Amino acid sequence: MTTLSTRPELVPQTAAARRLRWVALTVLALVPLAVFALFFLYPVGALMGRGLVNGGRLDLSGFGEGLGRARFRRIIVFTVGQAAASSGLCLLLGLPGAHVLYRCRFPGVRLVRALVTMPFVLPTVVVGLAFRTLFAANGPLGSWGWDGSLATILAAHVFLNYAVVVRTVGTSWANLDPRPAEAARTLGAGPVRAFCTIVLPALMPSLAAAFAIVFLFCATSFGVVLILGGSRYSTVETEIYHQTADLLDLRSAAVLSIVQIVLVATVLAVAGLLRRRTEVTVELRRSAGTARRPRWTDLPALIVTGGAAVLIAVPIAVLVIRSLQTPDGWGLANYRGLADVASGNVLLVPATTALGNSLRIALTATVLAVLLGVMLSVVLARRPRRTLSRRLIGAADAVVMLPLGVSAVTVGFGFLIALNSGPLDLRGSALLVPIAQALVATPLVIRLVLPVLRAADERLRQAAAMLGASPLRVWVSVDLPIMSRALAGASAFAFAVALGEFGATSFLARPETPTLPVLIGRLISRPGPANAGMALAAATLLAVVCAAVVLVVDAFSSDSAARWGAF
Amino acid sequence: MRNHTTRAWRYPLVMTALLTLVAACGSTATAGVGVATSTPAASGSSPAASGGSVTLVTHDSFGVDKKVLAAFEASSGIKVTLLAQGDVGVMVNKLILTKSDPLGDAVFGIDNTFASRALDAGILQPYSSPLAANGSEKFAVGDARLTPVDYGDVCVNIDHRYFAKAKLAEPTTFEDLAKPAYKNLLVVESPATSSPGLAFLVGTVAHFGDSGWPAYWTSLKNNGVKVDSGWTDAYTVDFSGSTGKGARPLVVSYASSPPSEVANGVAPTSALLDTCFRQVEYAGVLNGARNPAAAQKVVDFLLSKQFQAGVADQMYVYPVDAATPLPSDWRKFAPIAAHPESIAPGTISAKRDGWISAWSDLVEG
Repeated sequence: MTTLSTRPELVPQTAAARRLRWVALTVLALVPLAVFALFFLYPVGALMGRGLVNGGRLDLSGFGEGLGRARFRRIIVFTVGQAAASSGLCLLLGLPGAHVLYRCRFPGVRLVRALVTMPFVLPTVVVGLAFRTLFAANGPLGSWGWDGSLATILAAHVFLNYAVVVRTVGTSWANLDPRPAEAARTLGAGPVRAFCTIVLPALMPSLAAAFAIVFLFCATSFGVVLILGGSRYSTVETEIYHQTADLLDLRSAAVLSIVQIVLVATVLAVAGLLRRRTEVTVELRRSAGTARRPRWTDLPALIVTGGAAVLIAVPIAVLVIRSLQTPDGWGLANYRGLADVASGNVLLVPATTALGNSLRIALTATVLAVLLGVMLSVVLARRPRRTLSRRLIGAADAVVMLPLGVSAVTVGFGFLIALNSGPLDLRGSALLVPIAQALVATPLVIRLVLPVLRAADERLRQAAAMLGASPLRVWVSVDLPIMSRALAGASAFAFAVALGEFGATSFLARPETPTLPVLIGRLISRPGPANAGMALAAATLLAVVCAAVVLVVDAFSSDSAARWGAF
Repeated sequence: MRNHTTRAWRYPLVMTALLTLVAACGSTATAGVGVATSTPAASGSSPAASGGSVTLVTHDSFGVDKKVLAAFEASSGIKVTLLAQGDVGVMVNKLILTKSDPLGDAVFGIDNTFASRALDAGILQPYSSPLAANGSEKFAVGDARLTPVDYGDVCVNIDHRYFAKAKLAEPTTFEDLAKPAYKNLLVVESPATSSPGLAFLVGTVAHFGDSGWPAYWTSLKNNGVKVDSGWTDAYTVDFSGSTGKGARPLVVSYASSPPSEVANGVAPTSALLDTCFRQVEYAGVLNGARNPAAAQKVVDFLLSKQFQAGVADQMYVYPVDAATPLPSDWRKFAPIAAHPESIAPGTISAKRDGWISAWSDLVEG
């Protein structure tokens, strides 16, 4: 036991065991990275290559021209500005929400948690229309004069992403040992002081992660900006679409894509730095005891959360109400219509079929995302002593986040030109859609699982090893149980993301197997009250299914939200 | 630790529950999946043996009756796989990008605003269908690579109830829309983001000429025209004549939209037939098609009586086949414009981007 003070490993490992572990970790890292390289970096690189390589030579003059255009500069500034404002608002409103929905116990708390997740799966075109309906000149809130203003874009972004903050931060919060803060209170600290000095620092890693995710979602927002911004506002994302899809100006699109990637990388780097700076091994409470009845000090948080819940409920109510309106008055005709929607048309399928497609594809995507996410998390959670290994891990951490920040049109067009030959001819493959969705969901899985793994006390693993457990056995009996709390939550999150994913899906979906969001997109672009009504009914159905999945996961995670992840 | 492990066991339970749910939905799904690629059961002959298979690339708005497609597959022995690839622009661009290794054998849905881009990029091969004489020729652009299949008119739609209630005479022409009496009544789509928006802009260019259209749009702007990004929110949110009961009684939509609004045998809206731009949709055989002979048969199918009879209900457009009757609602509420605006596809291709950016500077400032 003399090695105890100098080496973290209590049990001297044999060279063979060390080599085995090294091989295992390398495989764990290489498989997901190979998937990322093949299905993300290569297609995206191939498309950008078309824009930047001219006659076999790299032509970077597009950068000077592109960045010299006042329009592009304005778009870049607007993209950053609105994303920062949107994610700032999300944090401000979401922090009290995380407290109320994960630390307080009151009747219906799970229902509220499911409710705030509903917007997350709604197709952005539906969200855009719901907000436009609210604020249009004749709409219920038309007198506010918000139609076509930046305010509606921010409101819609908060509506869509509130759940990201609440769930990411809430899960950490629920796992936090309440005793240090209580001790501080006993010693005379006020609630604000106890929160700022004890709770906030402990929540910083999850706050940073939530900010980064919401920022990326808002920076690459497409449908919301397009519909709510009218033709006045453009983001880098809408402009990449315009340059690629309308103008086929791949040079400008490549320049903008690289700007977007730099932007994304910068945000990730800052968030990562903040996360690492604040990451500490925290005592995870595994008992159900962290949630308690609301006290009077919770009143401000309750008020803010109530307000946010109303903000989220109103557009959903608009959606539901309109789905119940038919030309012959109120009724369920739109829902009945969904069963045999345009039964003669080959590209339209009954909504139940589309829902089946959505669920099947989302489940495949979830399994893929969880597999990839867990493999990577295990590797990324290591804290090697060598600088090179640490840097490699940092780089891998950043690379796997990129799909959140790269334009769907770039990925979609990239798939077409890159995956087109030999064994890689996957253009018609049924697997492309779940793979594309999994790429978007994997970063979310990692961001939910990794903090838990990193926060876990290394001494548990060492104790198990000292008692004679093999590395695999250590992983199964220590890491897996710790992780499984977050894993359930991450799976539900990934499932919701895949269920609502539209951007990449709309580029890849095979016409005979449309997902529900794709079906909604097709219905909503047809005239007549029947089609519009059915689109809204289908959107309501999607939201309800998402809420049901979240409720089921919550129920399975037993009485307390504090248990395993509690997404 | 034991406690954790027990809880971890519940996780597979959740997944099992989900799997069961998916399997339940999946069983209904498979019933519908086979449709687009259905093999002819009736003919009894193997499609591969007689006609082979054809991948038909389309835009997202393509539609055909399942039974009509199945009947064609049965009679020709050709197995048709549909590949919807986004809106017209996205579809054409995808075909250009994959030119050396095409996505399919035939294409449907290239319109006259994108025709020249497709022709210039050389993605199509010549084919003249024997069925073109039935009416398709009338819409031809003089290039055997594009076969007209249907057409539609983008026109301003009007909500009659609004004007009746306001005791206001209804506008009829482009010029009327800029008159002070109709201030703040019109909503249009941005030509930068919407295809009917682009069609309407091109219509005004055709009507007022290359030098006159900017002044017209300046007057529309001064008259309070509202610009939305797409057809859906213009028509369903801002237009007063449809589901949204919006604030504006004039919207850029299609001549074929009014029949969809019919209630109790009356259409509350109609199209202003002097404000129309004609969009023609073409089909063609792709260069590099694996099965060009069968692809030509598919183009013939698009001109057949059976397919032509369905385009109105399926895609809200008019058939090019002169002998194909329109649905009765259409004969009443969707008359065809006698003198629609039009511009040669080559001119549109050459000037489109310039028009759009000039329009953006002018109207969005």
